[in-house]
Amino acid sequence: MLLDSLFNGIAIGSVLLVAALGLAIVFGLMGVINLAHGELMMLGAYTTYVTQLIFKLPLLKPYYNAYVIVSIFLAFIVSGVVGILLEKTVIRKLYGSPLETLLATWGVSLILQQFVRSVPLAYGTGLIISLLVGLFLPTIFSSKIKESINFKYIRFSSWVIAALSGVLTGNLISSSVSKLSRASARNVDVTAPAWMRGQVEILGTAFPKTRLMIIIITLISVIAITLFLNQSAWGMRIRAVTQNREMSDCLGISTEKVDVLTFGIGSGLAGVAGVAVSLLGSVGPNVGGNYIVGCFMVVVLGGVGNLLGTIFASFGIGIMTDLIGAGRLLSIWPDMPLPLSNTINFFATTSMARVMIFALIVIFLQFKPTGLFPQKGRMVES
Amino acid sequence: MRISRRILAGLATASLAVTVTSCGGGTDTSGSFDDTVTVGILHSLSGTMAISESTLVDTEKMAIAEINAAGGVTVGGKSYKIEYIVEDGASDWPTFAEKSKKLIDQDGVPVVFGGWTSASRKAMLPVYESKDAFLYYPIQYEAQECSNNIFYTGASPNQQSEPATDFMFKRSPAAGKPFFLVGSDYVFPRTSNTITKEQLKSLGGKVVGEDYLPLGNTEVAPIISKIKKALAPTGGGVIINTLNGDQNVAFFKQIQDAGITPSNGYYVMNYSIAEEEISTIGPEFLEGHYGAWNYMMSIDTPESKKFAADFKALYGSDRVVADPQESAYNMVYLWKQAVEDAGTFENSAVREALVGQTFDAPQGPVEVMPNHHLAQTVRIGLIKPEGGFEILEETDGVVYPQAWNQFEPSSKGYACDWTDPSKGERYKL
Repeated sequence: MLLDSLFNGIAIGSVLLVAALGLAIVFGLMGVINLAHGELMMLGAYTTYVTQLIFKLPLLKPYYNAYVIVSIFLAFIVSGVVGILLEKTVIRKLYGSPLETLLATWGVSLILQQFVRSVPLAYGTGLIISLLVGLFLPTIFSSKIKESINFKYIRFSSWVIAALSGVLTGNLISSSVSKLSRASARNVDVTAPAWMRGQVEILGTAFPKTRLMIIIITLISVIAITLFLNQSAWGMRIRAVTQNREMSDCLGISTEKVDVLTFGIGSGLAGVAGVAVSLLGSVGPNVGGNYIVGCFMVVVLGGVGNLLGTIFASFGIGIMTDLIGAGRLLSIWPDMPLPLSNTINFFATTSMARVMIFALIVIFLQFKPTGLFPQKGRMVES
Repeated sequence: MRISRRILAGLATASLAVTVTSCGGGTDTSGSFDDTVTVGILHSLSGTMAISESTLVDTEKMAIAEINAAGGVTVGGKSYKIEYIVEDGASDWPTFAEKSKKLIDQDGVPVVFGGWTSASRKAMLPVYESKDAFLYYPIQYEAQECSNNIFYTGASPNQQSEPATDFMFKRSPAAGKPFFLVGSDYVFPRTSNTITKEQLKSLGGKVVGEDYLPLGNTEVAPIISKIKKALAPTGGGVIINTLNGDQNVAFFKQIQDAGITPSNGYYVMNYSIAEEEISTIGPEFLEGHYGAWNYMMSIDTPESKKFAADFKALYGSDRVVADPQESAYNMVYLWKQAVEDAGTFENSAVREALVGQTFDAPQGPVEVMPNHHLAQTVRIGLIKPEGGFEILEETDGVVYPQAWNQFEPSSKGYACDWTDPSKGERYKL
């Protein structure tokens, strides 16, 4: 009973966490209010759908069971690339002006929503492939070639190759998977492979396998991102830049590269969240919009700029949602006084539980406006 | 720097503008007609409801094309070709009211076929009443409404939820077991569940819980624990589901993973899941659960088969037809018959002529009743593993619609009759 409740709380919390993790980096560390975060999740969810259909082709059919795993990596790449493009074209020009960023990213989110409605997914995939090739082909050349005068021709020709490969993949996919060749505003569905359906029994309680999978995805993402930020050289640079941009710049860190990388990773994590979300419900152009408010709520509650805070905040909200929404307190303490049990019953519906949780968060933030784990130390901005 | 910001702001507004365009059509000039008549079609072509409502536009266009191919509408010895203007309600209820005004005042259409959600109908109702214009509304709904200016061709609760509750309580594998009610948090599920609770009270059944998911929310975990807590002691039971579109996907995926399945004794009766939804949600999640409708694609009559085949021929073999579409199809034909009988497009004459009209619909014969609802057949279906329904029960002949519910205490003993000036919208039986 208690185990069941705890599991439910963690399950709800891990969906929140995986969705908010990318935002914790983009908004928390970089301070960018990215309203298109939900749409980057949506791209991740659509990537899962496309991967699923491609794995149904005869060539890949034997590996169908592994498509979810593959799609986690693909979703990271797809959302990451779109994120990088977004950073390079829109957000870079708007650092330091939060209101403009907010409006511009909101515009981007609408464009992305309309994009998946009106462009066949096969050609969307082609476009992503050309972006990938175009952005990364020039980076494989050594710095000597890059400095030469003729490099702009190489850059140009790599974009030509990119466009070609995009058109080719687009056509290939649309001719082999008919479902992807037409644009549609309909919601689509990701069906988990058989090994991920049903439940497993642990300590006499049955747990749904998809929920366990989401918890595992979340855990791996959290561990990977923590290791990356704290152990790798680029992680150190990211932390340095977020703490003191000018000084890092003076010390020879390319802040521009760091910005692109950080935003790309944050966006990529949104893509991973999209995979998780696609396992729970249907995938549609609006899927990201349903999560964006929750994501910001988690990051603010946890304390902006602190990953640990985000983790605590999402599990906190998850457990509270289950406690209030499922009326657990009543079964823990069955003979509580009538007025109290009536109150609890009143809030024990999904809609009212949400109201209650928002109210609790607002009250909490009145007393601790900087969240659960405020950033300590000497930040330049503060 | 400055310029690029302006461009961005422009982009943001431009992308908004993309979503508010509308389209017209139907100006094909084949055959010989004496004149044309333009009708209005008003459904959401963008936004959350677009998925469902665009299928109605397709069906209404098909009905109009069929009528035109058969010589159009003959009024006063002249043959009229039906043309149409399609407006986009954009899943936004005030937009429905605005577009209705536009269709009536600017385009001067004699009739509007439109709406899906009860919220959109409630928003449009005052417009049609104040202008004494006509709306034909094709969706099964919660009733408790009876307007002189709306014709309701979908089911009222006594033509869908009441027979369904009766079936689940008396004749389903979970007969006699307790009920749990789940719905989206808006007017239809709440009203429908109020009626179900009253009905179960009179049947001697028990409701052990109810919960509503806010629109857009897909986190079903707390509801699942409540369902298990409430129904597990009796070894399962009946779940009445009135969730909206996409939320069903999340609901069925998650309850199946949690072991709430027919094989474990949990049976879900759905009021908003038709063939279209079964194919999008995936029959593997819905297999063994139930649905209640007036029309089901598996009805084995020539009319039903022709309807499905014509639709597939027009829009693609992977498309399906479902109850809301059939209802939309019927209403176009009923309007045509009424106009021909009245001999004019003029409102009050058409209104009089419409009551009593009968039509051999794909579901079987239907008849327009004095309360502006349709008498129609009710069917209970079991969802098959390959999609679609296996029809388990169908009523012997038509069920007469009740605009005012007879289980709900506030409307018990009332009825509606627009053919008798002394009775009107609501009179005591």
